[in-house]
Amino acid sequence: MAVARGVRERETAPRWRGRETGVALIFLAPALLGFIAFYAWPTVRGVYLSFTDYDLLTAPDFSGLDNYRRLLTDDVFWNSLWVTLKYVVLNIGVQTVVALALAVLLHRLTRSTVIRGLILLPYLISNVVVALVWYWMADYNLGIINQMLGWVGIDAIGFFGDEAWAIPTIAGINVWRHMGYTALLIFAGLQTINRDVYEAAAVDGAGEFRIFFRITLPLLRPVLALVLVLTVIGSWQIFDTVAVTTQGGPVDATRVIQYYIFDQAFTRFDFGYASAISVVLFLILAGVAFAQLKLLRAGESDQS
Amino acid sequence: MTAVVQPATGDPAGSGAPGDGPGGRPRRSAGRLLAWLVLFLFIVISLAPFLWMLRTALSNNRTLFTDPDSPLPIDFTWGPLERVLGTATTEEAQAEGGSGASLEFWTYLRNSVIISTAITVGQVFFSALAAYAFARLRWPGRDKVFFAFITALMVPPVFAMLPNFVLIKNLGLLNTYPGIVAPFFFMTPFAVFFLRQFFLGISREMEEAAMIDGAGYFRIFFRIILPMSAAPMVTLAILTFINAWNEYFWPQLVGQDESVRPLTVALAAFRTATPQTGPDWAGLMAASLVAAVPTMLLFLAFGRKIVNSIQFTGMK
Repeated sequence: MAVARGVRERETAPRWRGRETGVALIFLAPALLGFIAFYAWPTVRGVYLSFTDYDLLTAPDFSGLDNYRRLLTDDVFWNSLWVTLKYVVLNIGVQTVVALALAVLLHRLTRSTVIRGLILLPYLISNVVVALVWYWMADYNLGIINQMLGWVGIDAIGFFGDEAWAIPTIAGINVWRHMGYTALLIFAGLQTINRDVYEAAAVDGAGEFRIFFRITLPLLRPVLALVLVLTVIGSWQIFDTVAVTTQGGPVDATRVIQYYIFDQAFTRFDFGYASAISVVLFLILAGVAFAQLKLLRAGESDQS
Repeated sequence: MTAVVQPATGDPAGSGAPGDGPGGRPRRSAGRLLAWLVLFLFIVISLAPFLWMLRTALSNNRTLFTDPDSPLPIDFTWGPLERVLGTATTEEAQAEGGSGASLEFWTYLRNSVIISTAITVGQVFFSALAAYAFARLRWPGRDKVFFAFITALMVPPVFAMLPNFVLIKNLGLLNTYPGIVAPFFFMTPFAVFFLRQFFLGISREMEEAAMIDGAGYFRIFFRIILPMSAAPMVTLAILTFINAWNEYFWPQLVGQDESVRPLTVALAAFRTATPQTGPDWAGLMAASLVAAVPTMLLFLAFGRKIVNSIQFTGMK
């Protein structure tokens, strides 16, 4: 230990520090290049473009707040916000409850990695493949889901063609893809809870329900908050499933915000306006993350 | 955990504890059985769509409608897979209800392999270099730069994608491999964070001994840090590869050209080009199945690693 300390002290001597900075720069150079070129600079540029009129062919033309003024009166934009919000609430609401139940089941029943793996499998398959499989299974005429509804005497549902059903259907597809992943995140949190707490509660004669609501859930709050930050932010950026199945339709029922950004930028070549919508999405996500991290703090202080 | 009493009947979570002692009471066993049933149902729901994909991919598209709820392939045939892999003639394809249009599957597969491999190699290696600089080297502004990297985790991909598209276009890299690979090639905030956490946990003693022996930082990095981090690097590489393989949004913007188009983009285009009336469902499912096979193979080989890595990220 004394030797180690000696080495460390020598390292921090000015001669060493200067050398380390040079070495660090070499180690860091590629990642820094990637960070600046594809993260930092585009973020700045995205904000700038949102104040311009830009069609990709001619140079961006500064237009002040025009894009943001246009947003205020753009019904399709407000509709896209509303549609996305509906999607997020349905998707996250169902997914979190299902994943929580699944995580508790796993935690109580088995340590099997195989079972956890099977439940994770949907998450490893691409959105495009997942969307295609469900597009087929939920087909109006031949899809197995409508066939099964037929067995119990329910009329076929236009899962993708009916305005009222399109968003719940897409939310359901992504619940299926993400429930195992979310359950494993929560499961990891469950494993950090000290077993003594359960045993003490059991000795006191607490039932399973009581233990879940009075002990597991409160202790799990910080983990749940973190999981929600991750999943909610992902959920707001729903795009792939919509692009593969409904492409914004029927009417604008699934024109979610990221699809609208894509639409404005790449079918209308209105990059300035698309950037302004991106800025709004970014602000929403930052707000969501901030609010949730506050909740997380509250969760931590609960325990201390 | 052996003394849990009063199980809540009818509650799916109301099961016994793991490692229950012998001779659990009947009521508890009933609760446990119910819990297992629910868990089993979850597994069935997770897997059923894959079986349905397989069943449809082995069906004759022309006669698919005759028995839409049969669990077995309709009129079993390898036709859809042959259509996808390009070994069926146009006549054979049309006889089974395919469109007869050719799908350059092998080109797309090659593209997906090239793109995902390049992203994985570049991202893991460069992120490891950076993670070492963050974990072990002392230089001014280190913590501030690291904080900036972490903040980038919060920036939604779509926000950077529009300016990135402009950049790639201005560089003349649209519809090239470098254009598709570039934004993921040098780093992702997650990869740097993941590896830095691991490097911080490695004992310094070996490095310090090596340093006394006169080894430089590069020698230490390649001879000590990398070999000692083989396990997390492999995990990160698998996750990176799967993510790159599944990526759709970015390659669909910059890689629409047939010659560089990866499988995800090709599949989505295939679906859009499918006629609304009498689509080639069998062909579509065969293509989806084949596109998912590489991920499934990785899963079979490294399932345990993948499952454990998810738990690590959950604990960060």
